[in-house]
Amino acid sequence: MNETKNGLRDGIPICLGYFSVAFAFGIFCVNSGLSPLQATLISMTNVTSAGQLAAIPIMTNGGTFIELALAQLVINLRYALMSISISQRLDNTMTTPHRLLVSFMNTDEIFAVASGHGSSVGTRYMYGLILTPFIGWSLGTLVGAVAGNILPAAMSDALGIAIYGMFIAIIIPVAKKNMVVLKVILTAVILSCLFAFVPGLNKVSSGFVIIICAVVSAALFAVIAPVEEK
Amino acid sequence: MAYGEFFKYLAVMALVTYLIRMIPYVAFRRKITNRFVSSFLYYIPYAVLGAMTFPAIFFSTASLIPAVCGCIVALILAWFERGLLTVAVCASAAAFIFGLFF
Repeated sequence: MNETKNGLRDGIPICLGYFSVAFAFGIFCVNSGLSPLQATLISMTNVTSAGQLAAIPIMTNGGTFIELALAQLVINLRYALMSISISQRLDNTMTTPHRLLVSFMNTDEIFAVASGHGSSVGTRYMYGLILTPFIGWSLGTLVGAVAGNILPAAMSDALGIAIYGMFIAIIIPVAKKNMVVLKVILTAVILSCLFAFVPGLNKVSSGFVIIICAVVSAALFAVIAPVEEK
Repeated sequence: MAYGEFFKYLAVMALVTYLIRMIPYVAFRRKITNRFVSSFLYYIPYAVLGAMTFPAIFFSTASLIPAVCGCIVALILAWFERGLLTVAVCASAAAFIFGLFF
């Protein structure tokens, strides 16, 4: 019981953060032509901010399923690494059925907090940890999508920048301390700007642009500046 | 968006996202030792977020100047390592305030 409580306590700040980012995602969805129910279903079945954000233009512009699947694969590939890492720290209460359920909520923040929780992690702690973030993410999307239709345009416009603000908050502190990460980001940004502004290149659809920029930049620096072995 | 089309897209993205998370969680028991693969996996989130944020952030509000101001505020606060929520809210507030004038 204690471990469930610990999990719930650690999940609350994630829940609050998710609520506000999901709120902005909900607004983004209705501005793109989705219904509040559709926006909420996307959040409840995916729970991935960057992946969901990239999916919306692909869906609303009639992109192919291959493009959508590849975009999700590349954007969410980091979760595979986190899953590998956390799978080695799960205790013996974490049987396969539990793993099938808990892995659904393996987000950046859940992974970060679970990794910081002692030497091993069990089912009680994990279920406590993932419960409120799931509610925050789903409910935030619904409230944002509904409020997006009610809020004055000046306000819902301004909230459109919130998700990008969160992305900046994730990458800048790491780039500040790690020169290679900074170069990885700058290379991806320069490529992405070329695809946005150069005639011809700007015809490439958004999902493929992210895939190309990210894979080229990450692969380039994985070759010329691989991460030091620990 | 029509629901028939929507549910096909939803199924594709939900399935891909779940499999990426679930398969290593259930199946993997050992560390990746290949240096290129582990480096690539380490760099990929930063490359993805960089490419997704720029230049899209400049078109995320109704006009350019509020977006640029919101972006600058976000960069400064992120540099000083403020939390995700603080950075996101302050960027929105800056975009809102400048949006009233430009």
